[in-house]
Amino acid sequence: MLTAVIVLAVIALIAAVVLFVVSKKFAVEEDPRIGRVQEVLPGANCGGCGFAGCSGLATALVAGADKGSIEGLSCPVGGPTVMGQVADLLGMAIEASDPKVAVVRCNGGCESRPRVAEYDGLHTCAAMNATGAGETACGYGCLGCGDCAAACQFGGLRMNEETGLPEVDEDVCTACGACVKVCPRHIIELRKKGPKNRRVFVSCVNKDKGAVARKACQAACIGCGKCQKVCKFDAITVVNNISYIDDSKCRLCTQCVDACPTHAIVKVHFPIKRNVVKLEEEKEEQA
Amino acid sequence: MKLHTFKIGGVHPEDNKLSSDVVAVEAALPKVAVFPLSQHIGAPAKPVVGKGDKVKVGTMIAEASGFVSAPIFSSVSGTVAKIDTVIDATGYQKPAIFINVEGDEWEDRIDRSETLETLANHPELTPEEIVARVKDAGVTGMGGAGFPTFIKLTPPPTAKAECVIINGVECEPYITADYRLMMEHPDEILVGLDLLMKAVRVEKGFIGIEENKPEAIRLLTEKTAHDPRVEVVPLKQKYPQGGEKQLVDAVMNRQVPAPPAIPVSVGAVVQNVGTAYAVYQAVMKRKPLFERYTTVTGKRLDHPANFIVRMGTPFGQLIEACGGLPDCDNKVLAGGPMMGKAVLNLDVPVCKGTNSVTVLSGADAHRQSAQPCIRCGKCVEACPMGLEPYLLATLSSLKDYDRLEKEEVTSCISCGSCQFTCPSHRPILDNILQGKGAVMGIIKARNAAKQTK
Amino acid sequence: MGKLIVSLSPHAHGLDSVERNMRGVIIALLPALLVSFYYFGLGSVVVCLTSIASCMFFEWAITKYLLRRPTTLSDCSAMLTGLLLGMNLPSNFPIWMILIGSLVSIGVGKMTFGGLGCNIFNPALVGRCFLLVSFPAAMTSWPVSGQMDAYTDAVTGATPLSLMKTAIKTGNSHLLENLPSSIDMLLGNMSNGMGAGTMGEVCALALLLGLVYMLCRRIITWHIPVSIIATVLVFSGLLHLANPIYANPLQVILSGGLLLGAIFMATDYVTSPMTHRGQIIYGVAIGFLTVAIRNWGSYPEGMSFAILIMNAFTPLINFYVKPKRFGEKPAANR
Repeated sequence: MLTAVIVLAVIALIAAVVLFVVSKKFAVEEDPRIGRVQEVLPGANCGGCGFAGCSGLATALVAGADKGSIEGLSCPVGGPTVMGQVADLLGMAIEASDPKVAVVRCNGGCESRPRVAEYDGLHTCAAMNATGAGETACGYGCLGCGDCAAACQFGGLRMNEETGLPEVDEDVCTACGACVKVCPRHIIELRKKGPKNRRVFVSCVNKDKGAVARKACQAACIGCGKCQKVCKFDAITVVNNISYIDDSKCRLCTQCVDACPTHAIVKVHFPIKRNVVKLEEEKEEQA
Repeated sequence: MKLHTFKIGGVHPEDNKLSSDVVAVEAALPKVAVFPLSQHIGAPAKPVVGKGDKVKVGTMIAEASGFVSAPIFSSVSGTVAKIDTVIDATGYQKPAIFINVEGDEWEDRIDRSETLETLANHPELTPEEIVARVKDAGVTGMGGAGFPTFIKLTPPPTAKAECVIINGVECEPYITADYRLMMEHPDEILVGLDLLMKAVRVEKGFIGIEENKPEAIRLLTEKTAHDPRVEVVPLKQKYPQGGEKQLVDAVMNRQVPAPPAIPVSVGAVVQNVGTAYAVYQAVMKRKPLFERYTTVTGKRLDHPANFIVRMGTPFGQLIEACGGLPDCDNKVLAGGPMMGKAVLNLDVPVCKGTNSVTVLSGADAHRQSAQPCIRCGKCVEACPMGLEPYLLATLSSLKDYDRLEKEEVTSCISCGSCQFTCPSHRPILDNILQGKGAVMGIIKARNAAKQTK
Repeated sequence: MGKLIVSLSPHAHGLDSVERNMRGVIIALLPALLVSFYYFGLGSVVVCLTSIASCMFFEWAITKYLLRRPTTLSDCSAMLTGLLLGMNLPSNFPIWMILIGSLVSIGVGKMTFGGLGCNIFNPALVGRCFLLVSFPAAMTSWPVSGQMDAYTDAVTGATPLSLMKTAIKTGNSHLLENLPSSIDMLLGNMSNGMGAGTMGEVCALALLLGLVYMLCRRIITWHIPVSIIATVLVFSGLLHLANPIYANPLQVILSGGLLLGAIFMATDYVTSPMTHRGQIIYGVAIGFLTVAIRNWGSYPEGMSFAILIMNAFTPLINFYVKPKRFGEKPAANR
């Protein structure tokens, strides 16, 4: 009995000493601010900031604060609120940046973009992209295998089964940019969310000449330049047969939307105008 | 007869050489010939003609635009219709020159006679002159990849060429273009080999042919009996023996180390039989590369055939000449079933590297659905590069690029043996290719960053 | 006109399939199965059919009701597991225990890991070892062969393995003289009232026939079975030379489940290493462990434990043992 007690006591003592020595000797000095910053960050570890996880960003933020600037470091998930808290914590000032959202720039649903072949391989956009144009004749548009939806950690992208195109859930999208990186065709872009979520953008990235692009997809931008002419704010450029709207210059006048002959320019979250509704009704009647 | 072969891996696809005995005939001229500007590895060629220009057969229509590049010659006479884009075998819209065909008028400098010119009759040809003529004629590798030939003939100063190996393996199923070429133009090929040997200043030449072409082995052995420098090497039938590295291993028993090493690092310059023939024509007949042997084949085609095709001819026309596409789902391949590229439409033109138009029909056109990996290790056994395809495929789908690089994904030659052998029908190569592409990009970026430092 | 299909290369396939391989193994097992019917009669038929049927049932039920995904019965792997489990049991084994064994094999051994291809341990052996530790008495009573219409009431006897064990424990090498001759073991002709062991291991010749069949059809390669058998031969041969209480190596190989394990269980695709080098390491280790457990462990048979132990090491072997890369070989002149 006594031996047992002594043996156990000695073992406990030795273990305690070892633990003490090890914890002292191998202790890692960490700036306490890193932990505090990390608590403020969302903890999604999405990598949208460019670091492996939230702790990476926190370390970089603290290091940046020591150097006097945390410019260029930001958490796309937490947005300005979180970055404001971080800046307070570190005693830094940050510029407010416009909230952004992922925008899918392809309008080639099944109806407008006929299928010329059937893809029969690994069901990822990356693999399909390697076969060339994929199932349609458009070598630029959405492939529809949903690599972006799979890459989204927040469930903010969903493949629409009818159109075969991804749809962004704007309430969920944190603009982390994971989908932008993963899309082999670089269709998805982070654009300004805009006032009342209103946005105007060119929903096509096809760089082919007009006739070729139109043949592949009825909703393609043909690079005609009409939008450029009607834009009063110099926000539209047409390069390589494709029009692009600079969201920092665009004033959402929607002139270009009406001017586009292929309806490749899209406006979202605008109230529907009366006369447009009428026009459409008339069209339907005629049809 | 002892048969040589490569030492690691390999598979045995069904032969299906349906058109072995069909003598090659000239294909009809197309109405419009289309010449994509990038038919080779390297920088695309730069057009030197404009809309409305008249061209003859053999007129240069695009010039080389960089060191690794090759000029392109018209295969037809007529008028340049436009310079536009066309979907080529890669599946993408690529810039191309369109020529409306009118008559068949050849450039005067091309020697169209059938007489055989041998090197003995032309002692004035120096190695430099041969390389220059090959370069000017736009000759690129005819086996599929399409690397400009003159670059292979000017090896880097660190490497010393010891022999030329002519690749008459044709290990891809279905294709018979090289076989027909060997049967119909053996003398020209041998002169081509002579020229290649002189160009790289070596005194040894091998011709590697697989055992499933005994007629070609016999014919070329007879023709080379008097020449101690040239040896015909019969090879055991195994895919991918036609891969450069595998062929060097089979013929010379030397293995090319991992990239960036190339065959000439171990002393071998490998050229396809088609290339040897093109070299002969370029040097001796001053005929640039605008015509080639192409097999048009498929189990359900009415009569598979071999054609001497002017480049720029659309696939559809060749398939029509063989009886048209069968009435079912089809997969039309530029190349053979192991490494060929499936094309999106039949307007894709024949290019310098198009050795075959293969039509897989019905059930052959479809893949079977993938089942879970049962870890049988058959892909590891089949991989001719000694890699672990199952692991590379998994790492690729997990996007673990660091480990992919450590597992030597860059050594993969995309031969498809792993996927061919997989009992679970898994898309192994599809996955590996994604990972390989990403890793190559990372390595390139890293090297670029190093250089700027 | 049909559609144009596109995909990346390769566009051809070697027509090999999971089902073909599994069916091949089952065919290779047929000679041994028929021999066991011949020697054990009714009992072996009942045990085998129960085991196959229950394994297939559990596979179907688990995929349908628990995992809710398409059934995988058509790949024949459950049938093979059932057959192997049955052949690893004595022919007088009660039905309710077989059901428990099948449930453990399929449920615990295979499906908990995610089904075919994901399991770490050979499912049939998981079932067998579970039964062995749960019902040691039932699992070590071996019917004497030749009782055609007997099932659980069959007369049992000691197996050659237990005789070898007793010889080592008592240090009495004369006991080994009672062992059947190697020829008898090869044919499965167990005379003098000895228990014949499990149903699958009774006739070595039938198992070897299966091996030849699988090698010819390239279902497995020689590496695993040959390395196991060679290791056992060398290791137990050395022991035999050193001390006659250890049995003759030929009898060691022909007795018990060694051949059944080496040919059919250790070669299981899912749980064996991927590379040939790794497979040889794996086989040699199994050989050593088997001899060690048989001679110095508490169980007379060590094959199934040896295989399960090495199954656990397979991921490690896969991680460290790489195939010979192309270009590794130093340049040699022809």
